[in-house]
Amino acid sequence: MTAAVEHPLTPDRRRAVVRQALSVGVATGAYGISFGALSVASGLTVLQTQVLSLLLFSGGSQFAVVGVLGAGGGGAAAVATSTLLGVRNGLYALQTSRFLGVRGVRRLAAAQLTIDESTAVGLGQEERAAQRLGFWVTGLAVFTGWNLMTLAGALLGNALGDPRAYGLDAAAAAAFAALLWPRLRSGDAAVTAVLAVVVALVASPVLPAGVPVILAAAAAVVVGLRRPGRHESAPTAHADDRPGADPLP
Amino acid sequence: MTPWVTVLLACAAAYALKLAGYLVPAGWFDGPRRSRMIALLPVALLSALVAVQTVVGDGGLLVLDARIAALAVAFLLLALRANFLVVVAGAALVAGVLRALGWS
Repeated sequence: MTAAVEHPLTPDRRRAVVRQALSVGVATGAYGISFGALSVASGLTVLQTQVLSLLLFSGGSQFAVVGVLGAGGGGAAAVATSTLLGVRNGLYALQTSRFLGVRGVRRLAAAQLTIDESTAVGLGQEERAAQRLGFWVTGLAVFTGWNLMTLAGALLGNALGDPRAYGLDAAAAAAFAALLWPRLRSGDAAVTAVLAVVVALVASPVLPAGVPVILAAAAAVVVGLRRPGRHESAPTAHADDRPGADPLP
Repeated sequence: MTPWVTVLLACAAAYALKLAGYLVPAGWFDGPRRSRMIALLPVALLSALVAVQTVVGDGGLLVLDARIAALAVAFLLLALRANFLVVVAGAALVAGVLRALGWS
């Protein structure tokens, strides 16, 4: 592991990170109302619905559980589909665990908050302190908003209507794109992103939902393992190959 | 399988996957190549997720609708170095307006 230098964040940077985190939290949390309404409509109780948002806490997997049950599918199929969609959280954790550096109870809490949004906001920051702040604030904001809106949806039904009418699905995709954007200046990351998009889109019509995105992880494996990095190009070493430089893009 | 068993099994499996990523010994991914692979994993997964969220419709078929227009505007705003909130709100506005006008 590299010993990344810890710089305290300036108040301006802190505010910028928190603003990003909270806006992602609000946009995502609002979707909880759809989940709550759909879950109760699929036959689960309000308590079962709330337990899913508290303990499962991963939007795609939760929609999969209630979707399969609502369509008359069995519990085993619901658990299998949900778990398949949850694989990517485990893959995120390989990277988030590196910048969070958590132990004990904080590690248990960080694991529960490891989802698309918290990973994306953490990844979107340059400094280690900002990565940590972004991860935690986003995770807690989404957790709070998602659970409150789940309860509202379960009790009131879809009172606000389809979040898509407000463009919230596009807001989520745009937020992920904006958070990835600074990373894509690195050649490796840009190649990985393009490969991943191609894999996911080619696989989507033929594989079950959720599988194409996991398959796209192969892009990181191929680019990460096969291309020689700057640190390995010993024969043509340059001044920027200084030892101890952070190998993370 | 009763609903409670289904709910609790799904929760347990989801948490086990999340926690597993934190319990992998750091030594497994030492070295520049493996380290870079781990750093690129979220880039690959999130890029694929954005693509799927933007152009995949029912049954996994690719469709061009308000979502792709919204993402195009988001990328335009990013290229113009717009603020994060402007990018997110701009994409939502475009998708919302196009849908209000009847384009899916």
